[in-house]
Amino acid sequence: MTTDFRPGRAVLVGAAESDLGAVGEGFSAIDLMAQGVYRALDDCGLPVGEVDGLFCATSQNRLAGLALAEYLNLPEAYIDSTSTGGSSFMGHLARAEAAVAAGLCKVAVVAYGSTQRSLGRKNTSRPEWNPYESPFKPFLPPTAYALAAARHMHEFGTTREQLAEVAVAARQWALLNPAAWEKEPLTVEDVLASRMVSYPLTLRDCCLVSDGGGAVVVTTPARARALRKPPVYLLGSGHCTTHLTISNMPDLVNTGARVSGSLAYAQAGLTSSDIDVVGLYDAFTINPILFLEDLGFCAKGEGGAFVSGGRIAPGGMLPVNTNGGGLSYCHPGMYGIFLLIEAIRQLRGECGRRQVPGAEVALAHGNGGVLSSQYTVILGGASTQ
Amino acid sequence: MQTDEQAGSGAPYARYVRHLKAGELAYQFSPVAGRAVFFPRVRCPYSGQDCLEWRISAGVGTVYSTSVVYPRKGDPYNVALIDLDEGFRLMSRVVMDDPMQVAIGQRVRFQAVAEAELDDPIPVFVPLESAP
Repeated sequence: MTTDFRPGRAVLVGAAESDLGAVGEGFSAIDLMAQGVYRALDDCGLPVGEVDGLFCATSQNRLAGLALAEYLNLPEAYIDSTSTGGSSFMGHLARAEAAVAAGLCKVAVVAYGSTQRSLGRKNTSRPEWNPYESPFKPFLPPTAYALAAARHMHEFGTTREQLAEVAVAARQWALLNPAAWEKEPLTVEDVLASRMVSYPLTLRDCCLVSDGGGAVVVTTPARARALRKPPVYLLGSGHCTTHLTISNMPDLVNTGARVSGSLAYAQAGLTSSDIDVVGLYDAFTINPILFLEDLGFCAKGEGGAFVSGGRIAPGGMLPVNTNGGGLSYCHPGMYGIFLLIEAIRQLRGECGRRQVPGAEVALAHGNGGVLSSQYTVILGGASTQ
Repeated sequence: MQTDEQAGSGAPYARYVRHLKAGELAYQFSPVAGRAVFFPRVRCPYSGQDCLEWRISAGVGTVYSTSVVYPRKGDPYNVALIDLDEGFRLMSRVVMDDPMQVAIGQRVRFQAVAEAELDDPIPVFVPLESAP
């Protein structure tokens, strides 16, 4: 679906991560969510008392919106705690903009927190029993993505080496990001030689399991004017849900990103060639390959070749996942918020050694479930207004 | 084509399982949409109409994709997606000595099996050429 919000009706003014990595015993998901909110507000200079819209999700709190309202002491805030998995925050951003534009709130935060590394995945994201899949013991989510990767290899000749190139490029970006979890170089051979998880995906084809959270702040153009950071604009967004369970995905090598991207591009009046910096939800190495194809950066089936030879790495032809991605920077369960944070920072020119010079338009593509929910947003810097 | 003409049904999953217990792989067919429906539902997802028929699959299909899960404890095992010839897809496993030998495009045949840890039988597949 798409919503008719024109750019400029609400703007992004703050962005921050919580503590990342392994935060230590005793922290709750909401601790990190709130820490992200406070830091994002500090980033732009807004006091928490002005926040009147809460958009959040986490697998650890069924009533995440209530938990955040309680924690921040905001009893009257507008709440949206829709979960579409890792893409939730792209949806939150789109609806926060709509809510601000509609006057439902004036200062909205989009927030996430997770302690899945400290508590263990099985304690933080309990699998739901599905009688048509669970008896076969797919190791989810990796097996779902492995099935897509195997089909992509079968149809297009994509190789495990090409999958590994995605992890290697992510690692090279991560080495330029002081906040990234991984600190050592990685080679294609390292990826291929690491422990097999669900063929054809090894441990290094899979994202990190970390703690972490973060938030972004959305407000009216008028309120943004007096703040300390230049605003970032939501130029377009689009969403597509093709399935929930992998056995119901219509086509394993064509994702809903084709639809979500088309909607976002149309709304922004842009094409893939206008994008300066790309963020793709890289829970597994097959994801960027699929999304680069479906978002129009290369033809269907050519994603494996496209990511090879350092073309999405630092110094390559297209900067993808400049923070190091879910593969090497952090991945606390639902990663979408971090794609938004990095896009905002790139558009503000705050990224230090990994800064894409002159970045004016950023694409952040969220993925939820098992290639189930695809949510594309396109953000622009000051020059896009 | 084998069908299940029984009126009414209760829960879609319960009716599906009744067939599995009889060694049959049941699926639904929408005459309005002209296509198979799986997993079983209370109504046709393409038309919204109360038109679904229950049919029994011939049990022959093709491996659409395959993976091998490597658990931290225990032996690697196969997980596959199977496209049945009647036009529906399900998750299953192909029973072979070496799970890495399961191949996309391979023709397979359905068997219902009961497993000690599961309440209900499940559909698994064996290579078509080695089926009895």
